[in-house]
Parts: sequence; C-alpha cells; structure tokens
Amino acid sequence: MSGETVLTRGTVVIDVEMCKGCDLCIDACPPRVLEMTVHEVNTRGYRYPRLLAGCTGCQACAWICPDFCFQVYKYDTPIELLKAEDA
Amino acid sequence: MTERYLPTAAPPEQPARLVDDFTPTLLDVGEHSLCPGCGEPIAMRAILEAIESLDAVQRAIGVFGIGCYTAFSNNLDVEVLQALHGRAPSLATGVKRAKPNTLVLTVQGDGDMVNEGLQEVLHTAARGERVTCFMLDNGVFGETGGHMTATTALGQRTKNTLDGRDAEQHGFPIRVSTLIAELEGAAYVARGAVNNAGNVARTKKMIRRALEVQELGLGFSFVEILTMCPTGWFVDTPEAPDYLTSTLAPVHAPGVLKDVGAKT
Amino acid sequence: MTVTTSPQLREGSEAIADAMVAAGCRFFSGYPMTPFTEVLEHMAAKLPGVGGTCMNAESELEAVGMAWGAAATGTPSATGSTGQGLSLMQESLAELCYARIPLVVLNMARAQGDYWQATRGPGHGDARIPVLAPMDVPEATELTQLAFHLAAKWRSPILLFGDYYLAHTASSVSVAPHDYGAAPADDWSLDGSTSGSGRARLLSPLGTTKRNERGGYDLAQHYTNCAEHTDAMLAGIEPMIETAYTDDADVLVVAFGTPAKYVRAAVTRLRADGARIGFVRPITLLPFPSEALARAVGGARVVAVYENNTGQMVDDVRLAVAGRVPVEFIGRLSLDGSGFGIAPDLDSGYLRDRILEVLG
Repeated sequence: MSGETVLTRGTVVIDVEMCKGCDLCIDACPPRVLEMTVHEVNTRGYRYPRLLAGCTGCQACAWICPDFCFQVYKYDTPIELLKAEDA
Repeated sequence: MTERYLPTAAPPEQPARLVDDFTPTLLDVGEHSLCPGCGEPIAMRAILEAIESLDAVQRAIGVFGIGCYTAFSNNLDVEVLQALHGRAPSLATGVKRAKPNTLVLTVQGDGDMVNEGLQEVLHTAARGERVTCFMLDNGVFGETGGHMTATTALGQRTKNTLDGRDAEQHGFPIRVSTLIAELEGAAYVARGAVNNAGNVARTKKMIRRALEVQELGLGFSFVEILTMCPTGWFVDTPEAPDYLTSTLAPVHAPGVLKDVGAKT
Repeated sequence: MTVTTSPQLREGSEAIADAMVAAGCRFFSGYPMTPFTEVLEHMAAKLPGVGGTCMNAESELEAVGMAWGAAATGTPSATGSTGQGLSLMQESLAELCYARIPLVVLNMARAQGDYWQATRGPGHGDARIPVLAPMDVPEATELTQLAFHLAAKWRSPILLFGDYYLAHTASSVSVAPHDYGAAPADDWSLDGSTSGSGRARLLSPLGTTKRNERGGYDLAQHYTNCAEHTDAMLAGIEPMIETAYTDDADVLVVAFGTPAKYVRAAVTRLRADGARIGFVRPITLLPFPSEALARAVGGARVVAVYENNTGQMVDDVRLAVAGRVPVEFIGRLSLDGSGFGIAPDLDSGYLRDRILEVLG
C-alpha cells in the first residue's frame, strides 16, 4: 500500500454465492473499487467481486447486477481508508 | 499490513444506513437461471422499483409475455397475469377495461412483441388503451437459443443468421417504438438501456414517467429497454454492454420519442 | 338498447345476448364473422347500459385475449366467433384451461362440421372444454345462463355450440335470470389488491403456485394437476340428453343442435304412422351423455346418426354403444352456396325419407 488514503463514503455487502461472475459491476463502478477474484471461486465455480477502498455508496453495482448480489450502505461519517495500489 | 480487500460478508460495523437492499421489495425470489450478464433482471429491477415508487402497488397488475423473463412471473410480489407469446397487450386491454382503476403493465421481449405480437401492441396503442407496455429488447429470441427477431440489427450474428443479418435475405429491422410514436393513441414512448448505471438511472425515469402517464389517463405508454444478451450475441459478458452500444443502439436509439403530457 | 327479459319476439342472437347479460356477463369481445356478427352487435348495444364493456377486437386472437384479461379480474366475460374464428382462438382456449379462467365462448357455427373442433378441442394438449348444444332459441337462452354458471363453478371455459339458424331465427322467448345460488368463493381473480402483500396472486397457464426457492415453473406437476381437474369437472357436470319414444324403439335416430328439431319432427311423424322409432338428442356434447344414450338404445337393432357434416358425432355414438348395436351414419354435408350453414336437407320430409331407408 502506498500510504495514500481515500475518502470512503460507503460500502457493500456482496452475496458471493449468488454471483455468476459476469463482471458487469467492475466497469459499472465509477470509482473502480470492485475487482474480480482471479483464482478464488464460489461454490458454483464462478469468480466474484471484492471491494477496494474508496466506495462512494452510489449504488451503481446494485443497479447493474443481474443477480442481486449487492447491498449498499452509506456511512454516517465518511472514513479515510488506505488506498489500494493499482493492481 | 493492511488488507487490499475490504470485508463484504456482513453489514458494516461503523454507523451506516442501508441505501439499496439485495432485491427490490416486490421481488420474492432473487435467484434465477438467466445467463450471467443478462440485462433482463436489471430491467425487471428497474420496473419493480418504479412501481414501488408510485403510490400504486396495491393496484398493480403485471401481464407477462413469453421469453427468458417469464422466469420472473411466478416469483414477484405483484399480481401477475401470464399471457401467451405476443398476446400480453390484448390481455392487458381486457384487464384495464374491466378494472379501470388498476395500474396495468406488460413485460415482453422483442421477439414476443415485435414478431408474434406486433398487431397486438399497435392496435392497443392506436386505441389509446390506458396501459403501459415494456419491451425488453435484446435483438434476439433468447429463450429458444438466440435467433433473429424483427429488431435484430443488420450484420448482427444470431443462431439462424450466422453470417450476420443480411437485408437481401432477411429484410430490415422494425423500429417498433417509432411505429408506436406515430399513433395518436400513444401518449408516451421512450427507449432506454441497461448497459451501464447511467443508462439504468435514465431508464428508471422513463419507466416511472410511463406509469405516471397511465395514471394520468393520457393514453398508451411504452418503454423499450435495450438489454444485454451475451449468450445470444456470442460475446463475453463484459463485452456485452459495448456490443449493445455499437450494434443495437444505433438502430434503436435511446431517448424519449414522445411525451404528450410533458411540460414545455 | 335495453335488455328485455319478458316474452318478446327476437332473433336468437339477441336472445342469447339478453341471456348473457341476465347471467351477469359484463365483458364481451368479438370480431365480426357470419353468423356470429349479430351477437357482437347486440352486446355492443346492450352492455354499456348495464355498466359493461364490449370491445371490437382487431382479430379473433385479440378477442379471446381481451376476454381472457377481463375474465382474469373476476368479471363474467364471453367471446365467440364461428368455426374459422374458433380455430384462430384455439391456442388461447387451451391455455385458458391450464390457467383455470372462467370464460363463455360461443361458436355460432356454419353447419355441424365443428363438432370435433368443439369436443376434441380446445386445441393442443389434454385440455377439455365442456360443450352445450342448444336446439332452438328458448333452449339457447337457458344453456347460455348455465354456461356462465358452469364456467364460474369449475373455473373453466365453456363452449356454447350454436349455428346460423339459432342466430337468425326469431322466437318469442322470455329470458328470466336463473338463480344458481351463491357464486363460488373467489380466491383467484386479479385486481391489484394483493400486490405488495407478500401473497400477490398469480394467474398463469404455466402453473398456479408461486415458487419460494428458485424462480421458474414445474410444468410436469402443473399439467398433472390440470388433468385431475379436467377429470373432476367432466365427472361433476351432469350430462344432458333428450330422449323420445325410446322404450320400444327398433331404430334410434341421434342428432344434435338445430337439425335435431327437424329430425325429431320426422321421428314424430313416423311414430304417428306406426314406426317403432326413437329419438335421442345429446345436449351436452362434452361430457357426452354416453350412459344415457347406451340405456336409450335398449333393444334397438340399429342406431342412425344424423348430422350436417361428413360424420363426427357418430364416433361418440359408436363409442357409447360399444359395439352392441350397429351404428349407421345417415347425415351428409348439406350447404347452400353461401357456406354459412343453410342446409337444403333440413326438411322433415327429406329426413323422414332418409330415416325410412334405415328402417328398411
């Protein structure tokens, strides 16, 4: 980690087992804080998304997900989190 | 050493409010067998949320056509009348004429509405029936495996046009929204898309406006919603949103075609 | 135009329309086609006055579709056509059975060649629609009301099998509303009110139960349920039949619908002349009154079936007598140039001679 922080306004709960690995959420996320697993898969064999710091709680992932995998939360007070390095 | 990935298995410990639950309130069962990356559940979510946002849930009746989306018809917390392929508009007409205080909407695919049921939707619109028809348009008959429909774009590969739709052999696509907008009975006609969050947000507004137009009794309302079908399009799921933009959207251009009740 | 229930001279189409309104019908949809057209005209004139709706559909497909939608709301509804139009409606009629939706359907037929369509219908699959076949206008007004009662009781389409003569014959008839008692409890129709309750209703030809795990239907289970319901319905409807002079009949003549009135007249004349001849008229074509017909056959040596087609009901008569007695088809296609079912053979003199040939 670089040590830089990013203001994080929200977070998500991801139902990993519902995910069918379609990747739509990755491009839909405006701050690009979702990243698909590479080797880890759920019990159905699909890769699934994981969350990086910097979520704004904009709900784009929830709206775009065809399998209803996301719950979206907005923090009462935004939190400074360590920014993930570019993969 | 700080973890790269944040915990997402449970709600946050820090004080936060839930802004979006897994499924819309009116969806009983979220799990379905539609393909990964299918746009239809995205559109269904938008429709259900729009119904909920109006004060009309307890008057709402959904009339479903036959297509992949039919998988939703028996797991919604909305009264559902299941129709045959292409026939939802005539059923919707009967429902609304018998019970004028209900909020009646149809959910149909492009194959259902523009192939099998073109006569139904055009006449329903021409009569100005106070119902709202939603067409999930992915340019293919998805449920039977991905075949050409009347909305398939020229050059689009489908199971029975493997070399791409050719005007000489297969004729030209029908822009049903354009046809409907021509009819005096149609009060609101729009095209949306669900290939990115911005389009989903715009489409939700169109859906809500269409239902409002019905409630106001202005006439027939219609929203065509372009949806992804990576299976029918022979593309990988992350490429489908761009394929929609490059292949379907140029033929069926998103936007509001008609809104007789719009304040100028 | 008002609904007239007291005795009045009116054509069958209007009498049937009055009977539909008396039975509570408040939605009708149709497409003009001879000889059904006048029923549509009368319903268009009468329904608005009683708070009902009559729709001119863009084709027979949409006529049955609109009636489907209205019926789904629990509104007593009807549609109809003639044989060709019924052919167009067949997919919907079968699926209405699978969705368990009450609907009265009129076939104002041309001649009697739609017997198979009516009784082997409604279309694809194993669905069955009970069929009532009136002989004349007064009976038609009674069977129309019975049709609405059966439709509501069994949550099924019911077919009323009429024809050109029924439509265009004027009779003096009263249409008194018949009281069938309390309507069955409605736990299925749609009006939006259960939406959002957690128990929103579903009316679907693909299944009647909501899924609580994954989405989708179980058609194997559903069609099995439908078959059980069809059996119960056909067993639960009293088959109707008219018989005359059958106790000592040597020859039995079987006919249905309007031609049966002429056949009955011919049989009556032959009886008066001393012939040992009996008359049987199935009124419910489905469930076919097989047992009553077999009983009526008694000791007869031959059963003759007269119908205005190339031989359709004769199959059901053969099944009913189960080989005990020879069954002879004495009907034939009889049409005038219009094809609307005006039959030169409908003449009691001709029919008397035809039956005499069988009497030998």
